[in-house]
Amino acid sequence: MTARALTCHEVIDLLTDYVEDALTAQERRRVEAHLATCDGCTTYLEQMRETIRLTGRLTEEQIPENEKQRLLAAFRDWTRPGGTRG
Amino acid sequence: MSAPGVVASQEDLELVERLRAGDELAFMMLVERHQAVMLRIARMYVSSRAVAEDVVQEAWLGVVKGIDRFEGRSSLRTWIYRIVANIAKTRGAAEGRVVPFSALAGDDETDPGVEPSWFYDANGRNPGGWTTFPGDWRGIPEDRLVGDETLRLIGRAIENLPPMQAEVIRLRDVLGWTSDEVRNALDLSETNQRVLLHRARTRVRRELDEYLRTGSEDV
Repeated sequence: MTARALTCHEVIDLLTDYVEDALTAQERRRVEAHLATCDGCTTYLEQMRETIRLTGRLTEEQIPENEKQRLLAAFRDWTRPGGTRG
Repeated sequence: MSAPGVVASQEDLELVERLRAGDELAFMMLVERHQAVMLRIARMYVSSRAVAEDVVQEAWLGVVKGIDRFEGRSSLRTWIYRIVANIAKTRGAAEGRVVPFSALAGDDETDPGVEPSWFYDANGRNPGGWTTFPGDWRGIPEDRLVGDETLRLIGRAIENLPPMQAEVIRLRDVLGWTSDEVRNALDLSETNQRVLLHRARTRVRRELDEYLRTGSEDV
């Protein structure tokens, strides 16, 4: 049995599942069959991968020094003998 | 409640031992790694940044006091994030703030990140097919792609996402977590995690596309 071919819009909606390897073998084949003949969807897939790569260049925000010092003071209080801990 | 394959690493276990011994450096290492994410998780459920900071401090106390009970059946960071989420949910409820999951996830958003006009409708000459192919990014110099301006644009695009979408894409694509760890830490189903990631990446891709093909983020 051959499944109906996917449309471009359907393929675009499945691309994260495809990239995440979360499709069934049959769905995966349908997506790949479409990509093999569709330049638009292939370009879009490349752009999704590029988006992932560029997002990976971001860095987590740094926390201010005074916030760290406040937590360090709290930690010392929690862990000193007779402190909050335990 | 941990997913298969997501358990404490050797590094986690060493940090836990140091924390049990009251090691300040180990504590500060955890603070530097996790404080920012914890604040954002807390902020999803409570009314203000100040309350979120209070929740996070309470979560750290919970971590320090509860570390003897950490059994290594999840990663340390998953365990920590679940503590902060639980405290934040309780505090939010006490504030009378009920935040439906659909609001955090952006389920009500009308903007899907994919424009209907990109595809022919059911009556078009090629239903569901591209009306115009996406523009090409090839040929854009690497300097521009990874330049500060582009990265700032991505950062802002993420900030503008619904909170749970933003956190999923940060944990997955900025911090490089696995999907199992993200869904454990944020208490999401596997499907939900993927749907949120898909929406987030789709929106960021579109904003990148608009920026890269016009030349300046101010256009």
